[in-house]
Amino acid sequence: MILQLDFIFILFVIICAIAALAVKDILSAVIILGAYSYFMCLLWTEMGAVDVAFTEASVSAGIGTVLMIAAVSKTTRRSKD
Amino acid sequence: MWPEYTEQSDNFGGKNKMIRVTDDVIIKTIARVLTPFIQVYALYVIMHGHHSPGGGFQGGVILAASLILLLITHGWAETKKKFSETKTAVFCAVGVLIYTGIGVLCIFMGGNFLDYGKLGGLLMVIPPEARSLGILGVEIGVGITVMAVMFSIFFDTSTGGNSPEDETTSSLR
Repeated sequence: MILQLDFIFILFVIICAIAALAVKDILSAVIILGAYSYFMCLLWTEMGAVDVAFTEASVSAGIGTVLMIAAVSKTTRRSKD
Repeated sequence: MWPEYTEQSDNFGGKNKMIRVTDDVIIKTIARVLTPFIQVYALYVIMHGHHSPGGGFQGGVILAASLILLLITHGWAETKKKFSETKTAVFCAVGVLIYTGIGVLCIFMGGNFLDYGKLGGLLMVIPPEARSLGILGVEIGVGITVMAVMFSIFFDTSTGGNSPEDETTSSLR
C-alpha cells in the first residue's frame, strides 16, 4: 500500500484512457484499452484486491481485447470523426 | 508434421481475417506448445478457486483463451475436431445443469438452495468439508459454462453470425 505507487498507476490509467479516446485508428484504441486494463490490474493488486485484479487481467485485458479486435476485423478500422 | 494447407482444409477459404490458418511456422509452433500449459493453468485456477484468488469465472475465461488461440492460429477445420459448435451448445447447458443440480440436490437433502452443508450425508464427510466440496462443484459448473459462452461470443463476432458451412454452400443458393 504505497501511496506514491498508487498515484503513478492512476496517472498511467488516465493517460491510457485519454489516448484511447484521442487516437484515430480503432485497432490502436483497442490495444491502448488493453494497456489501460493492465494498469488497472496493477492498481487493484497494489491496493490489495487480488481477486478483482485477476478478473481484470483475464477478462478485460485478455478476452475483452480479443473480442474487440474481432469486432474491428468485421467492420472498418478507420474512425470517421 | 503439419496437416497440408489447402483451400478446403479451412472452411472460410482464407476470407475471414481472424479465423484462418496462418502460414507462419513460428506462430503455429508457439500456439501448439503454449495451449496445454494455458489449459493446465486454467484448471489450477478453477480447482483452487475456493482458497486462493481465482475461481470458475476466471478459469473458464483462461480456458476459452486457449481455445481462441487455437482457433486464430490453426483455423476452424482444425479446432472443430476438438470443440465444435454442437459441443459449445452442449457445454453451455451442462455447466448450468451442474450448478443448478447441486443447488437442487441441497433442497432434496433438506436444506436451502445451494446449502452445501447438507450434502455431508451424501458425500459421507463432515459439513465444513461438504461446503468446500460443494463450492468446488459449483465452480466447475461455472467454468464450463463461461468457457463455452466466451468461445461462442468470439466465434459469432468474428464470423458475423454466418456458419462456415453456410459460407461454402452460399454459391448454390
